[in-house]
Amino acid sequence: MTELKYSWFPGCSAGSTGIAYTQSAKYVADKIGLEMKEIDDWCCCGTSAARITDDDLMHALPARSLALSERQYPGLDIVAPCTGCYSALKGARHWARQSEENRRHVSELIDMDYAAEADVKSLLEIMVEPDVVDLTVSRLQKTLGGMKIACYYGCTQVRPAEVCNFDDVENPTSMERLLDACGAECVQWGFKTECCGASNHVVKPKAARKAVERIFRNAKACGAEAIVTSCPLCWLNLDMREQQINSEMGTDYHLPVYYFTELLAMAMGATPDEAGLGYHFEPAAQLAQDRIVADTKTEEVTR
Amino acid sequence: MHTVNLSDVAVADRELAQTIAQRANVNLRDCYQCGKCAAGCPMADDMDLSPQQIMRALQMGLTEKALSATGPWLCAQCMVCSTRCPQNIDITKIMREVRRESHARGHRCIPESNAFETQFLKGVKADGRNNEQYLAAFYNLRSGHLAQDMLSAPKMLAKGMVGIGKHSVKDRDAVRKIYEKCLEKDGEQK
Repeated sequence: MTELKYSWFPGCSAGSTGIAYTQSAKYVADKIGLEMKEIDDWCCCGTSAARITDDDLMHALPARSLALSERQYPGLDIVAPCTGCYSALKGARHWARQSEENRRHVSELIDMDYAAEADVKSLLEIMVEPDVVDLTVSRLQKTLGGMKIACYYGCTQVRPAEVCNFDDVENPTSMERLLDACGAECVQWGFKTECCGASNHVVKPKAARKAVERIFRNAKACGAEAIVTSCPLCWLNLDMREQQINSEMGTDYHLPVYYFTELLAMAMGATPDEAGLGYHFEPAAQLAQDRIVADTKTEEVTR
Repeated sequence: MHTVNLSDVAVADRELAQTIAQRANVNLRDCYQCGKCAAGCPMADDMDLSPQQIMRALQMGLTEKALSATGPWLCAQCMVCSTRCPQNIDITKIMREVRRESHARGHRCIPESNAFETQFLKGVKADGRNNEQYLAAFYNLRSGHLAQDMLSAPKMLAKGMVGIGKHSVKDRDAVRKIYEKCLEKDGEQK
């Protein structure tokens, strides 16, 4: 097994709206011996605002952090927990590798040499590697107890396919494989790569709510009791908007929305607070505590 | 069915449509209007012109129609249209380029969308990082939606998810210079 050591790009939400993700990811990383070295002085990836505005800016902002990482941690690939950051970073690397002219151009913009050698991966991407799944399972104290989960990947983990090169662009199944191996019963559903509406929840809330309502509706219809994601923006748009949608649209959804790392942390022995479940808008601790219990059969065998 | 006499379409409009398509590296003739882009678009419901209709408008040289539409301004950049296009047209890029041209010509088809991105980049230019609580507050001021999401704020404050403290890069100058090099080239501000 390759050494689990990566350069770490936390992203702007890591200490605020994505704090539950950071906290649970660190818990899991500690348990499986995943070493994450934070890039010193990383900056915002620019996300959709830079993308909409200007090609140079959408390449240069991520390239600065990538170049810093190559200097600080030569030879280490970069992991971004947020799939929005992942997309911006991976896209900038992809573009810089298309030609020497591109690479030089972006190096000039950031006033640093960017080699575009270190690869960019999402946290989900490294956690679903088969040997990491085995390692994760070996560290579990409890199982996910047959929790009926709709795995939600969103947009930027899978699209554009030629940049992400992750799983299947329409029907990814790797998060299901990870969580099923931990004892969940992931459901088949149709909205795993649908868009949550992104920043339209701020600029055109009524339009964006419909996108999320459809996601909840499909998850529920397919028998899910929870949705699991790997993106802080998706998480916020689902978890924070669920009760708003119920009151605005007359629905009655009560599906907790978890980060995949929260469930893994709980199964590795974290308390709900340690796993980040206290940060949720839709109550999430009860279902996790009900389902994530020690597997008595395994205990008997061990005894 | 709406009919357009193509002889009446101004040459300048047709040329501008071609220029926009070239920036997106798209050949407008590749589109045969199958509609898969609009069918998969999560925002199409609320767009006046869907991605498919934007493509059609550009093909016909009805460029001003595309530039004054809300569609490209509502596009969430989810990339479903580009992914599912049987002709491999990067429609997301077309939506982006139409929006940029629309913006450059002074249109603000969804003013809130412009306010949000402007405020976001302003924060990045100043701090090198995005501070969500300030982004939300200044966006509300800028867009006039003063009370938006204020019901969520107390919970986030109480849980320590947001506070008054800002985070920023150490080398603010480096990020500001990148911003200026990219957006303020030739003394022309974008």
